[in-house]
Amino acid sequence: MSALPAIAVGIPLAGALGIALAGRRPNLREGVTFVTGAALVAATAALWPAVAAGERPRLALLSVSPELEIAFEAEPLGLLFATLASVLWLVTSLYSVGYMRALAEHAQTRFYACFAVSLAAATGVAFAANVFTLFACYEILTLATWPLVTHHGDDEARRGGRVYALLLLAASIGLLVPALVWTQAAAGTLDFRPGGVLDGHVSPGAAGLLLALYVFGIAKAALMPLHRWLPAAMVAPTPVSALLHAVAVVKAGVFSIAKVSVYLFGPGLLSEAATGRGLMYLAALSIVVAALVAARQDNLKARLAYSTVSQLSYVTLGAMMANVPATLGAGMHILMHAVAKITLFFCAGAILVASGKTRVSELDGIGRRMPITMAAFTVASLGIVGLPPAGGMWSKWQLALGALEAGEGLLLAALLLGSLLSLGYLAPICVRAFYRTPDPASARTIGEAPWPCTTAIAVCALMVLGLFAAPDLLYRLLEPVAAPAADTMAAEAPT
Amino acid sequence: MIPALVDHLPALQVVTPLLCAPLCVLVRPGRAAHAIASFGAIASLAIAARLLAEVLDHGVLSYALGGWAAPWGIEYRIDGLGAFTLVIVTTVAAVVFPLSRASVEAEVEPARRHLFYAALMLSLAGMAGIAVTGDLFNLFVFLEIASLAAYVLVAFGRGGPAKLAALRYLVAGTVGATFVLIGIGLLYAATGSLNMADVSARLPQVQQSTALKSAFAFLVIGIAIKMALFPLHAWLPNAYARAPSVVGAFLAGSSTKVAVYALIRVVFGVFGADYAFARLSVDWVLLPCAAAGVIAGGVVALFQSDVKRMFAWSSVAQVAYMVLGAALASAAGLSAALVHMMNHALMKAAIFLALGGIVYRTGAVSIDALAGIGRRMPLTLAGLVVASLGLVGVPFTAGFVSKWTLLRAALQGDAWLLATVIVAGSLLTLLYTGRIVEAACLRSPPPGSVSTGTAEAPPGVLAALWLLAGASVFLGLDTSLTVGVAERVAGALLESAAGRWR
Repeated sequence: MSALPAIAVGIPLAGALGIALAGRRPNLREGVTFVTGAALVAATAALWPAVAAGERPRLALLSVSPELEIAFEAEPLGLLFATLASVLWLVTSLYSVGYMRALAEHAQTRFYACFAVSLAAATGVAFAANVFTLFACYEILTLATWPLVTHHGDDEARRGGRVYALLLLAASIGLLVPALVWTQAAAGTLDFRPGGVLDGHVSPGAAGLLLALYVFGIAKAALMPLHRWLPAAMVAPTPVSALLHAVAVVKAGVFSIAKVSVYLFGPGLLSEAATGRGLMYLAALSIVVAALVAARQDNLKARLAYSTVSQLSYVTLGAMMANVPATLGAGMHILMHAVAKITLFFCAGAILVASGKTRVSELDGIGRRMPITMAAFTVASLGIVGLPPAGGMWSKWQLALGALEAGEGLLLAALLLGSLLSLGYLAPICVRAFYRTPDPASARTIGEAPWPCTTAIAVCALMVLGLFAAPDLLYRLLEPVAAPAADTMAAEAPT
Repeated sequence: MIPALVDHLPALQVVTPLLCAPLCVLVRPGRAAHAIASFGAIASLAIAARLLAEVLDHGVLSYALGGWAAPWGIEYRIDGLGAFTLVIVTTVAAVVFPLSRASVEAEVEPARRHLFYAALMLSLAGMAGIAVTGDLFNLFVFLEIASLAAYVLVAFGRGGPAKLAALRYLVAGTVGATFVLIGIGLLYAATGSLNMADVSARLPQVQQSTALKSAFAFLVIGIAIKMALFPLHAWLPNAYARAPSVVGAFLAGSSTKVAVYALIRVVFGVFGADYAFARLSVDWVLLPCAAAGVIAGGVVALFQSDVKRMFAWSSVAQVAYMVLGAALASAAGLSAALVHMMNHALMKAAIFLALGGIVYRTGAVSIDALAGIGRRMPLTLAGLVVASLGLVGVPFTAGFVSKWTLLRAALQGDAWLLATVIVAGSLLTLLYTGRIVEAACLRSPPPGSVSTGTAEAPPGVLAALWLLAGASVFLGLDTSLTVGVAERVAGALLESAAGRWR
């Protein structure tokens, strides 16, 4: 059992090797992808009972030096992220088969192999037992996704890939590495521990600087102004945008921030850190500004990308607030947003495959030709906005409670405004698709996308609805993560 | 090994390559000379490895050359620092020489190949001598053997520019050598001895003398020229870029490292950290130069269109990193410098080998010529990328360990500005290596290029490249060989220096 997290990281790596070997036989190759995905889902599922019972299976793989150790451990937050990534990978693989074959994309073996390596890296981020392991997997994730972002190999892909790789690598090398060295120097350890390891070792001012290094260094969380890589990454094929730039990569970012704030800083130190408040307001600003920018995008994928920037800051904000409901809300929003956003990207890709359309203004009446796709789009939009009957409601509810508990009226207003704006940039698409009359010239030839795409879309949309019924499960899983925050609050409360 | 020979290993370390050099000239045909040079390099590595093991187990080895006891005779004195440097130099030689025959045959004309290998052997003998000797004048002699051989090696490059680069290297190197010689002369005048340990023991009695201060200044500047420490670096970029690729790989991996060794030996071993840092504050000279070198080297590299020149400029920055670590004058800083010596030697040698492989196929290494090379030479490019990622300092490569130990040392000394410089240097490295990767993977080959099929570097070069790149990944995963040894060496060096002045 203790080796299971490490094995989970190894499964997609082995899968990548298998995919590369089976490169000449597409059906076998995709078979390998599905088997690997299923094995990864099984491995993460097998960890649930133990982790829910309070166990923390841990395995130290090797130590690079006495300070730097590669070790994997399953804890609730990481397990949630790993489960999310593995389940959605399986769905995305189904979708990819339809998408890539319908568009007859080149270099599909490289595509699937890099995808598997990316998943291994994301699983590694999820199960990292210390911040060095997390950082190493985080960097591999950047490098493994670069060939996917630049898949088309044209000038646009080159420009997008340049912004993508340079911004992410520069932030992590320039800010994250110094933060790691500083953490090691101050706390004497890089391990993640409940309640944090830095408390008592750094002054509030130093903690503030260190926190800023982490929050900006983890540029995958796309906190403004380090968000430019995410729209740039939209040159990638849609399955990549869907799984990686709505789920694995960006969630690895906000997950890392959550993990650093919960397990390195701890709620006590986080509330004292000098820049904590400033970063919270920056996240709130990021929510609102990115939502406004999203509303101005005509390109569907770009609109979704800015929407992601906005929604990611909900998680960052929740992690920074560090009280019980906010921590729970941040953890839940990682899941809720991922499922809803991947559905939206799947729909965008399906529209591209079926009709070649990429702009919002071209979508008049498309709902009549692609009813399943656009129905799913509508459901997922509800999930992003946070309305019932979609799961997104619960995470936003918790985050709003967290803002109230912190006594930050302005932050609460930003949270609500962000949701309102998301309604503003998503609802018109649904309205346009269902109520406008289609352009008669092109309309006849359009139908639904190939069945693997439609199936994947339907599965994801059902998950968005299903999560509305499952908040209790998540509460129980995430409770231990928020426990130190509860202790801190109890200690501060007047007796 | 035969027991009788084991006692003479320090001498054999120098004698083996030194004897191989005339043999190369005598046998004449290029292939036979190559075989001899390969033997010399591999034997040197075996001896160096054995010496390091001996030193780590039993402490300092002292060997009286010709049976004349020190301080009258010439003493070969090998401690952890010397043995570690020997392993670096001979590892690069033992990987590069045997496997890169194809690259030499492509770039050096047939009639002179035996001379080329002889010069390689002489250079190796000189570098080995620098690391084993315990005698200051002997150090100068070996420094000149290594340098003269290096001038010749650079001049083997094609066309006029190589000769000009060799001439500039010769002029700068000779100025450096003269400074070193003046420094040694002044030191001899002040102390009456040339044996390093002996000089070091006599120094406290003459510590007020101006001659001693001048000796220190001449020695440090002379060695700084030899190692291309900014702003005394002007000879290096052209020398490495115009030389045959094999020479670039060997020199980039070894010669600057040996110069860094000489600096550490003279500053910490002979003068002692107290005198150099507490009394003369040499860190106020070395740290700004090193910091400026890291930045300037990186910035200039960024704007090169010739990839060999780009990586030669990168060497200027990387040498500055080593000096920066050493000039922190702490155990952590010194061991970071040593770790980076080893790691950079492997990575940079790998990079120059990869460039040699690309020159072999395309005849040029401008960024434009690299366009689309990823499809034609995937394995060569992958090796280049792995080594470049190491240079940037991505985790799981040796370069990350270097940057980590350097940053740790800087933060321990509360040197925040230097920590910023270290990080900024990494970012610059990211930018210029990124240019290469992007051109090689994403730009389409220039119109009219030869073929679309794969045409990798010659198998030997490819094997050497991947051996070095693999080693740099291994040293990123297991640091007991680098950090473990370097910490012991650095600790011993500071300890021996600390006791003397009190």
